[in-house]
Amino acid sequence: MVNAPRLALHGITKQFPGCLANDSVNLTLDAGEIHALLGENGAGKSTLVKIIYGVQHADSGTIDWEGESTAIANPAQARRLGIGMVFQHFSLFESLTVAENVALGLDNPGQMREMTRRIVEVSTRYGLALEPTRHVHTLSVGERQRVEIVRCLLGEPRLLIMDEPTSVLTPQEVDRLFEVLRRLAGEGRTILYISHKLEEIRALCDKATVLRGGRVVGECDPKTTSARAMAEMMIGTELSSPKRLGDAVAGAPMLRLNNLSTTSDHPFATNIKSANLSVCAGEIVGIAGVAGNGQAELLAALSGEELVPVPGMIEIEGRPVGHIGPRDRRGYGMAFVPEERLGRGTVPEMTLSENALLSGYTVDILGMVKSGMVRSVQTQGYASRVIKTFHVAARGHGSVARSLSGGNLQKFIIGREMMLEPRLLVVAQPTWGVDAGASASIRQALLDLSRAGAAVLVISQDLDELFELCDRMAVIYHGRISETVQVKATSVEAIGLLMGGVFGTSEDRQDNEGPNAAA
Amino acid sequence: MLRLEPRAQPSTRMMLATPVLAVLLTLLAGLVLFAILGVNPFDAMYAFFIQPVENWYGVAELGVKATPLILCAVGLAIAIRANIWNIGAEGQLVMGGIFGGGLGLFWSDGGGLWVLPAMFIAGAIGGALWGAIPAFLKTRFNANEILTSLMLTYVAQLLLEKLIHGPWRDPKGFNFPQSKPFESYASIAPMFEGTRLGFGFVIALIVAVGGWLLLSRSFLGFQIKVIGLAAPAAGYAGFSQRRITWATLMLSGALAGVAGVNEVAGPIGQILPSISPGYGFTAIIVAFLGRLHPLGIVIAALLIALSYIGGDAAQMSMNLPVAVASVFQGMLLFFLLATEVLIRYRIRGRRRIVHG
Repeated sequence: MVNAPRLALHGITKQFPGCLANDSVNLTLDAGEIHALLGENGAGKSTLVKIIYGVQHADSGTIDWEGESTAIANPAQARRLGIGMVFQHFSLFESLTVAENVALGLDNPGQMREMTRRIVEVSTRYGLALEPTRHVHTLSVGERQRVEIVRCLLGEPRLLIMDEPTSVLTPQEVDRLFEVLRRLAGEGRTILYISHKLEEIRALCDKATVLRGGRVVGECDPKTTSARAMAEMMIGTELSSPKRLGDAVAGAPMLRLNNLSTTSDHPFATNIKSANLSVCAGEIVGIAGVAGNGQAELLAALSGEELVPVPGMIEIEGRPVGHIGPRDRRGYGMAFVPEERLGRGTVPEMTLSENALLSGYTVDILGMVKSGMVRSVQTQGYASRVIKTFHVAARGHGSVARSLSGGNLQKFIIGREMMLEPRLLVVAQPTWGVDAGASASIRQALLDLSRAGAAVLVISQDLDELFELCDRMAVIYHGRISETVQVKATSVEAIGLLMGGVFGTSEDRQDNEGPNAAA
Repeated sequence: MLRLEPRAQPSTRMMLATPVLAVLLTLLAGLVLFAILGVNPFDAMYAFFIQPVENWYGVAELGVKATPLILCAVGLAIAIRANIWNIGAEGQLVMGGIFGGGLGLFWSDGGGLWVLPAMFIAGAIGGALWGAIPAFLKTRFNANEILTSLMLTYVAQLLLEKLIHGPWRDPKGFNFPQSKPFESYASIAPMFEGTRLGFGFVIALIVAVGGWLLLSRSFLGFQIKVIGLAAPAAGYAGFSQRRITWATLMLSGALAGVAGVNEVAGPIGQILPSISPGYGFTAIIVAFLGRLHPLGIVIAALLIALSYIGGDAAQMSMNLPVAVASVFQGMLLFFLLATEVLIRYRIRGRRRIVHG
């Protein structure tokens, strides 16, 4: 059986209520290859790998593992066969040590001392530096991922599935991860790499299978296929890249942060420490950073969901607003797109017209509320206009928010905020998890808004997105915000270093350590 | 084999069908229960559900019992929609009876047409104040309103007993623990000769319509629903959770207080140490049976009122224990909660998993 592929799927079909997740998918993985599984959100990638890992079961189709027809009943059986998986969301206990976490994930952990020895052995063999005795809550995101990978490697997998592993990593961490993956492939292990980041796939993978709407729509060699061509296979149409209508003509500052410090007493909060930033009319400013470095706290302070101790720490058009809530800030021309679309940006169970009211009530001209009553003609009309203008795929203003796909819901939220004609728009993760087609139109809309004279602040983890959109950029790290740099004058590497906390380039950063915040 | 399969979207049809299904299952279980008790189940069912409403007096009694249930349940439903679990409607009802009834008792100078309205307002204020205490404790100390509102119920009940055994006892009442009867200007006259049904029932129906308008059409109702469904979205929109907590607890307290006045000035006619057979608690069942919808609550309240009257009737004519009414109410809530699974899931025959 030397020539049999490591894994071969034939005609895998999986039906969920209301959607055909996989439609007779064929996939062949050979020993020692790094194989990309490429597709938009909802294309069926996750379902397919869950079937391979035994989390879900196919309605029909066959799985051949190293030439033998196999039914994979559950993840434990998958691990016995030699299949390991690193999930996108880590499943680690923060209060336990690395070794304890690894032991919990294994079927036969054995003695703790032996476990520690094996962790050290595996981590040195692959250059995955890890201290087995450290507690997980002290680790960075990249280090946590190493724990997950080491845990998989202890099972000596011959197929390693990686689900969007780089979404939480800095560029330097990504490079290090790729070295490890190449070395694993060099030992004859197979890696199934799931992503929608095309440049990474081009840099890493030997082969790519593209899924769309649950079907395999093509295979290609990513080394010789352009990112654009792969994207077009993914979305099935031609891709339009955002057009800039000239350079930014920065006007008066719309938003200013003056030594902004937050004082949340939540134990896991990353408080903002004396942040200074200005965003001018007509420009897009970006804040890059790995999640958990204070973005949530910054957003809450900006939106007015959390008030700050000194009103002047946040100014909109020169007026101190730190002490007033979301409604009054919107009255000064601010609009806001939060990171969580379902549950914060929209109420999942409510219709789109009701969700239009969520922020639309603050603008009197729209007349959505009159003498305490909601006027349905106005709210429905507004929702319908958003749906039409921003090409939201929804049955109408009566669809509930939950029924929309992530990309369409995001188009609706961004459209809802933009049609309020804000002079300042704060957007968090505008295209996180959004498919390529919707991303392009969202980015274009943001550019158009800024070129029409609004100030736009984008907070994102996606560097490609920030480089595409922004005029200036800063980095947030451990609650501190760096100086902004002109995007034209910087590089992904330079920003990547800042994201990892190397703030060395500007002197005034050095004296920001102490508790000098609440001035 | 049967199995449950999640629906893509919650089924609206099932949302309306499950209360009906729950009622049918309750009746079925009731038949079995009566059979076990050794009585003819069909006779018992007749005595329980049909006989009480065979005459106009019985039909009017249905309204008498439904009135406090509707008033309390509409208030509770509004609060629960905002995720505020007011369990203390019973205590708020008692405080309404004390405030409104007290005003009526000590109105000495002859009275007039405005005595009753003043009593209703005083009752509403009493209930609202009793609802304001959990609101204060929740917004100030983050104390769970389920516990505080429930415990305050017993405080209110003890206060009532203290008053009736003490200063409010009727001097001419042969030392019985009861107040003097209300003067005619402080009592609610029946709307129909020979019944006990007063205009409180009309107030309850108006409250139900008002509650429906509040929840479905008003901006306050919208804020209540957003807070209940997704609190972070309410924060994002700038709706004040504190304000809604105060508003819903005081509103539901006020409505329960109105129910309390209506009981003492209407069917009871004086203040007794016990002015409610647990209407405030039963209203929780009514609110859920009515799907937290004010108009559904009217139907649910009439149904539960029937179980109260039927319980009395079955006790008298069939010699069944008085607990039967509570058993029916309990079964109804149980089946309602049990069938709720059908809103989000559908029942399917087992499908085969195809391997190799």
